[in-house]
Amino acid sequence: MARLVSSSLVRGLVRSCRAPSTAENPVIIFMKGYPEAPRCGFSALAVKVLQQYGVSITARDILTNMKLKESVKAYSNWPTFPQIFINGEFVGGSDIILSMHQKGELKGLLGDSAQKGEQDSAQ
Amino acid sequence: MMGSRGTSVVLSRAARMRQKLQSALEASALDIEDVSYQHAGHAAVKDNANETHFNIKVISPKFEGQNLVKRHRMVYDLLTDELNSGLHAISIVAKTPTESGS
Repeated sequence: MARLVSSSLVRGLVRSCRAPSTAENPVIIFMKGYPEAPRCGFSALAVKVLQQYGVSITARDILTNMKLKESVKAYSNWPTFPQIFINGEFVGGSDIILSMHQKGELKGLLGDSAQKGEQDSAQ
Repeated sequence: MMGSRGTSVVLSRAARMRQKLQSALEASALDIEDVSYQHAGHAAVKDNANETHFNIKVISPKFEGQNLVKRHRMVYDLLTDELNSGLHAISIVAKTPTESGS
């Protein structure tokens, strides 16, 4: 039962980031540690890449919540962390985020929120 | 699925990973680098755990027409047993022969 509860929690978290028109909260990362204090190099890398776009990032630490960890893995069918969701869609882990960043694909995916972020950080 | 388990006991994780990836992906190039030392003392790594973190670079014709998520899933699926037995993280570079220019 606990599993069901937390898998709907994951779905809720991911869904809450699906706000294309306002793009208030497009990015969620399930990671080891927190953006300010990542506890794994791969999580640190993913956060660093995402922060280049100035978007607001919702982060959840899976090391301190085993139930969440297992639920996220089951939800995305992806075995490792970090896991990044953008606009409610699973995007991948740190390798994929980095690769998309290098190929210039991340900007399009983040859309208006990224541009807004860039403007904000330019001021 | 469970076919040739008998041999894997004596092999290192790196060797098992190589076997699984090489045969299933028909890789034309496969680099497996153990980078566990970079993660020693890592939050989720228990004492004395080794062979927990790897960099994998694989070139396979089977990646043709597959996006990155699908390519990574193919690698993860092949390494399910390892991920369930202490392998924590792998960094994956997955290219097609065309993309790698070889």
